[in-house]
Amino acid sequence: MTAPAHIEIRGVTHAYRTESGPLPVLNDLNIFLPEGGFTAVVGPSGCGKSTLTRLIAGLMRPDSGTVWIGPDEIKAPRKTVGMAFQNPVLLEWRTILANVMLPLEIVAPGMARKDREARARELLAEVGLEGFEDKRPSELSGGMRQRASLCRALVHRPEVLILDEPFGALDAFTREDLWQTMHALRREEKFTCLLITHDLRESVFLADEIVVLSGRPAHAQYVMPSALPRDRTLDSLFTEQATEMLAVLRHQIEIAQGRSAPEEVPA
Amino acid sequence: MTALRRIAVPTAALVLFALFWEALVWVNGWPDYRMASPSDLWPAFWEHRGLFLKYSWDTLWRTIAGLGLAVVVGVALGVVMGFSRTMRDALYPLLVGFNAIPKATVVPIIALMFVGQHDMNTILIAFMISFFPIAVSVSIGLSTLEPEYRDILRALGASRMTIFWKIALPKTLPEFFGALKVSVTLAFIGTNLMEIVEPHGRGLGHLFDSGKISADYPLMFAVLIALALLGILLFYVVVLLERIFAGWADRE
Repeated sequence: MTAPAHIEIRGVTHAYRTESGPLPVLNDLNIFLPEGGFTAVVGPSGCGKSTLTRLIAGLMRPDSGTVWIGPDEIKAPRKTVGMAFQNPVLLEWRTILANVMLPLEIVAPGMARKDREARARELLAEVGLEGFEDKRPSELSGGMRQRASLCRALVHRPEVLILDEPFGALDAFTREDLWQTMHALRREEKFTCLLITHDLRESVFLADEIVVLSGRPAHAQYVMPSALPRDRTLDSLFTEQATEMLAVLRHQIEIAQGRSAPEEVPA
Repeated sequence: MTALRRIAVPTAALVLFALFWEALVWVNGWPDYRMASPSDLWPAFWEHRGLFLKYSWDTLWRTIAGLGLAVVVGVALGVVMGFSRTMRDALYPLLVGFNAIPKATVVPIIALMFVGQHDMNTILIAFMISFFPIAVSVSIGLSTLEPEYRDILRALGASRMTIFWKIALPKTLPEFFGALKVSVTLAFIGTNLMEIVEPHGRGLGHLFDSGKISADYPLMFAVLIALALLGILLFYVVVLLERIFAGWADRE
């Protein structure tokens, strides 16, 4: 439907109003996500990473600063964003196929059912869920549910894909499978991706660029372009470049944690 | 095999229960005014078969009408309380207080308010006694909806109505049917309460009352059995509806 677009976060500052006064979460945050790129954002717990996803999705507006997708400033939700969370939030009363088709019902109500179904089936095949279209979410494993959730996020060909720790609750091997699925999806589908994660290996394996956020209130503390070639296998994680990237990121996280408030409880 | 089992097991239980009841009366030599036995009931049914059919229908349709009203009002209240914290805080004490009033005390008041309008009186009591569980469970179902469920549609610019129809409402259906199973029995009690406390010549409650007046004890017991059968029927209709509309929640 749409071509990928760049995302720009310009001088965003935001605080939540709590009973004990304002809680600043973002402080003059500037990030540029190039068109069609894959950017991972890592940072200590509670540093405002999820706030960032909600700002880009237009689900909330910052106290100050602006968020841009392509030429448009984001002031409200738009139809060209796809989201997936740690919780796959599939609708239990729908089949997998009907779950994946859900965004099309909102975004393209005029689209023929046959076309919607064809598009959903195509995506499900891409992530290896062929044959599971008519199952209910409760009949699938956690990894398969997350695959379906990714399909739902991409079914309407969004410009922007926002992933908020989608692999965080999976076991290590399933997670690695999903990483490879993510690479496969990137080859087939065109989108600009923002991945929020706690897993540094995940960020190194998946992203073109990694942004480390400081402790709360967060700003972009460090930006690291990937040293790995675009075509990656799990073995790429055991190369010298990857190890070096991980070491630098680890160090940056330690710096970020040092700045976080002492009462902060690490996850 | 399983289908046969599902019918045979409850039927066998019913037959055993009737045999035990019959034996209990027979061994103790109780007269029918102390405890009628199942063998006394059939003649009572047969003698008044026309009335049983007619009055069962009265009781049944008024119960269903009262329950229908309870569903409409209960869901509406539940939606309002589920989406608005202020409304929840405002309405909760009112509803709890209203629910706490024993409905037997409301019967004469309603009968005075709408003198002679027996159908409406009966339906009103059935409604009043049964809407509370529906309102509470729908409001809890809606207010505990995880924000991510809303966000996946909100991020696409879906309206509140769309989110309600596509996500909030279906997600609340299991809670709704759980409450409906309680409410259907309550509505049935409400109907009979009106029919017995303010007899107006209609319904199984009236038949029970006339059995009492004419000292026809087997008839009174027969009415109880008819009420039990109607109650079972209504309950399983709700179970069937639940299977159809919220069967996905069954993880068997």
